[in-house]
Amino acid sequence: MSSVAVAKKKGFGATVWDYLTTVDHKKLAVLYLVAGTLFFAIAGFEALLMRIQLMIPNNNFVSAGFFNELLTMHGTTMLFLAATPLLFAFMNAIVPLQIGARDVAFPFLNSLGFWLFFLGALFLHLSFFMGGAPDAGWTSYASLSLYSPGHGIDFYVLGLQISGAGTLISGINFIVTIITMRAPGMTFMRMPLFTWTSLISSTLILFAFPPLTVGLFLMLVDRMFGANFFNHTMGGNTIIWEHLFWIFGHPEVYILVLPAFGLFSEIIPVFARKRLFGYSSMVFATILIGFLGFMVWAHHMFTTGLGPTANAIFAVATMAIAVPTGMKVFNWILTIWGGSIKVTVPMLYALGFIPSFVAGGVTGVMQATAPLDYQLHDSYFIVAHFHYVIVGGIVTAIFGSFHFYWPIMFNRALSEKLGKWTFWIFFIGFHLTFFIQHFLGLMGMPRRVFTYQADQGWDLFNFISSIGALMMGVGVILLVTNIFMSIKSKPLNCRDYWGDGRSLEWALKTPVPFYNFKQTPLVRGFDPYWLEKHEGNKEGMTYAEPLGDIHMPNNSIIPLVISIGMFVAAFGALYHPDGVSWSIPVIVIGLGITVAAMITRSLKDDLGFHVHVDEILATEEELYGKGGNK
Amino acid sequence: MGHGTEFRAKTKAQYQYDRHHNAVHMRKQVVNFAIMIFLTFLAFTVVVADFSPFFIKPLILLLAGIQVVLQLYSFMHMDDKKGHHIGVIQLFVWTGALIAFTFFITFLTIIWW
Repeated sequence: MSSVAVAKKKGFGATVWDYLTTVDHKKLAVLYLVAGTLFFAIAGFEALLMRIQLMIPNNNFVSAGFFNELLTMHGTTMLFLAATPLLFAFMNAIVPLQIGARDVAFPFLNSLGFWLFFLGALFLHLSFFMGGAPDAGWTSYASLSLYSPGHGIDFYVLGLQISGAGTLISGINFIVTIITMRAPGMTFMRMPLFTWTSLISSTLILFAFPPLTVGLFLMLVDRMFGANFFNHTMGGNTIIWEHLFWIFGHPEVYILVLPAFGLFSEIIPVFARKRLFGYSSMVFATILIGFLGFMVWAHHMFTTGLGPTANAIFAVATMAIAVPTGMKVFNWILTIWGGSIKVTVPMLYALGFIPSFVAGGVTGVMQATAPLDYQLHDSYFIVAHFHYVIVGGIVTAIFGSFHFYWPIMFNRALSEKLGKWTFWIFFIGFHLTFFIQHFLGLMGMPRRVFTYQADQGWDLFNFISSIGALMMGVGVILLVTNIFMSIKSKPLNCRDYWGDGRSLEWALKTPVPFYNFKQTPLVRGFDPYWLEKHEGNKEGMTYAEPLGDIHMPNNSIIPLVISIGMFVAAFGALYHPDGVSWSIPVIVIGLGITVAAMITRSLKDDLGFHVHVDEILATEEELYGKGGNK
Repeated sequence: MGHGTEFRAKTKAQYQYDRHHNAVHMRKQVVNFAIMIFLTFLAFTVVVADFSPFFIKPLILLLAGIQVVLQLYSFMHMDDKKGHHIGVIQLFVWTGALIAFTFFITFLTIIWW
């Protein structure tokens, strides 16, 4: 593979093949971004259908059974298949650049992680066309899911098992990357906050996904082979699923929100044009949130009857999380305080995030109060709470980062004007939808109901909530329009698009060459690019090595083949309980493909290739004109 | 990796040092292996000897815990002080163990049958 050909125009087929086989973290970021946006749109559409159904009392827009499928798929898709990949997109695109690495530690695994996630997600979504989606809620409590007819729950179990394996692989990859691939001088306490939160969040993935895998496996054998782990009539216990699920499920929300915190910790100092306030306390708070996140899962189960002692312990532990989170909020405010603020679109999202997320956090502490939780449990108050945290915290971070990192990822900028319209429509729609749901909950409206009777005082609030949801839908359409418009816009070919970039990724000129850094940078302090800029360094970084040959990994189709094998085997496993004759052969063929691909990978030496100095110089000249990156 | 590796002949002193070092390392591994076999033997013995279950269960769990630690430190190189990022590895392993232990305790105490 010649590196000189990189920037040349390729045919459509060659481009597709390039993306199917790529191990480049920047291209995998694009794949994650596209897949995540697709599933975000699907899950958002499901939410719209639900809000239309709930717009007026006694509506029959969708049936009760389909409503259950919608609410299950909305939750499952948003958490596993939309928020996770979108955050992985930014982690892939930005973290190696922030730490001065040429790629992640295991580029092959990076690709495998993506394809497992994507085919698992595809498998789950095929359920809509193959006899009905899962309908037991995203938590899939065993007392519901064991008795759900059809194959919906089997799709859930197998799809999440496959995509969960992909997420676990990617998580391990990022832990190793951040610990071992940092450029010289990039000590732990000089790492940008987004890298820190990615590290902690990957650690949470490492510890939290195995319990989910165990839970899903037990559910699989319960449903398909008649085991009775969760069947209380046969000596099992349905509560075990709830524990296993929430041991995973609570850290999962921190897995999502920590990178979002990291993204805002990057955005705010750039547009406040001030160093991040209280860096070391931010790091400490991140670690503490990660650790405490594992000690609070039973607060989802206060009303299952754990007893007052257990409830009290978990209530106090939950309230304790408010302390490090509060530290973070004050640090962000004090970073903005006294800064020379530029209100760009990413900054608007950051400014909108702080009050929205605090509102979600405050209702979280209310629910942590176990006696009060008996009133709030399973009501719309809960729905309002977690949407404030997830939309107010994570979705705003993702949308803001679309604008913030678009120049680095695509060498194009998203429109500021359209971005401001998007922000205001989405933000107002969001508060309209969910603020009022707090009161619906307090008035007694239970969550997960497909309709309600008129004249209980819920009619107007539900109507307002649905209008808000439509506004959020319009906001997302505007954002997607903005993305499509950016494709047609002129390439930027610049460095430090926002003018006030601080960390290493801004020191690179876009488009970023496939080897990222022609020479590994030397990091001389926190905010290395800011430091070099202020010392008048025109190149943006000090180098740690002379210009030399670069060792890069080869592309490979094997990750896709491994994932396809799992995808095929899942169909065999799904139809096995029906007693069809072809189920065992399909499982064998699928796993055979996977194992054969793994054997090929193990036996065939793939040592990668070297980019020689003259090729590097030629690439630089092609990307940046005469003289290369100066 | 592996492309630019240079091969250098070892000096005599280096050779003798390595030889001694390997011998010490080997002895340590054999001793640890013997201890692990002995602990397994103990576990079987208490069952065969028909002690009370209230004694057998905690004892076997304790022995299992010791076996895990021995395995990690003697055979999986966690005792290697000069290993790359050994501090990070130890932090990860023990944090994971602590978290898993919390789950273990809660499963024993707040799940009822």
